[in-house]
Amino acid sequence: MAKTSEDLRSPLSRARGLGSAKDGVHHFWVQRVSALALVPLALWFAFSVAMLATGPADYYAVHYWVSAPSVAVVLVLFLATALYHSVLGVQEVIVDYAVGSLRLTLLLISKLLHAVIAAAAIFAVLKIALA
Amino acid sequence: MSTKTPAQSRPLSPFMLGQYYRFQWSSLLSFGHRITGIGLSLGTLLLAIWLIAIAGGPQWYGALAPHLHAWYGQLLLICWTWALMYHLCNGIRHLFWDIGRGFDLKTAERSGYVMVVSSLILTAAVWVVAHLA
Ligand code: HEM
Repeated sequence: MAKTSEDLRSPLSRARGLGSAKDGVHHFWVQRVSALALVPLALWFAFSVAMLATGPADYYAVHYWVSAPSVAVVLVLFLATALYHSVLGVQEVIVDYAVGSLRLTLLLISKLLHAVIAAAAIFAVLKIALA
Repeated sequence: MSTKTPAQSRPLSPFMLGQYYRFQWSSLLSFGHRITGIGLSLGTLLLAIWLIAIAGGPQWYGALAPHLHAWYGQLLLICWTWALMYHLCNGIRHLFWDIGRGFDLKTAERSGYVMVVSSLILTAAVWVVAHLA
């Protein structure tokens, strides 16, 4: 990610700042931990999507479902975990294909979008549940 | 500053899918993990829109719901659950590899088949149970 500034830094400084034993391991580890947490959450979510999609297309039924405390809490957990896992995963994909300033631009856009989606979706759940 | 540093002029390895490697199912399955991962990332946007529509009230939700219940919406949702189940099953495969298990070619090939079949069974099960419930 430091491609754009690497010309100004010595190889040693670059190694110290971005060494694989620092950020890389953390990225790898939290990606796996979030993946593990997503196993039960994703199964629950997939089933819920199918249940709602085959049920009545009725606003009040859906509103009632989201506002149940147990559903709202698990939904927030799913959203937070999935978006955290997603931002790490998309970062990995961007870094694989894009270099230089394009890489930096895409990384910033991806992080901004993930933050906005997470904030908006979680706010919506809370608004529904606390209404 | 047009001189390239050694890091910039290093060659990229060629894609696993393409003219440089013999075609293998495992590469396709592996690529599927990346495709479903990106698809699921986009799926969170749909989930956010759905929640915002509910929070917005009956009018907002009323504008969205007919699309979700139309044939193309249902098809999209079924593809979404399959992508999630595929990525989940293959993710578990990845996690086993990460602890050093199942890396020999025969096991990896077999777990690939098991993964695809499991993802299809899980997807079917989720929708069948939902229809019956
Ligand atoms: C909505 C939920 C999910 C989203 C948005 C998502 C997204 C992503 C993305 C974008 C990647 C990067 C793909 C790549 O580098 O090729 C990824 C990787 C990964 N995902 Fe997910 N994922 C989700 C659910 C899950 C679940 C349920 C598991 C279950 C185990 C999982 C396990 C993994 C693993 C292990 C990797 C790393 C694979 C590797 O080493 O390349 N993910 N995910």
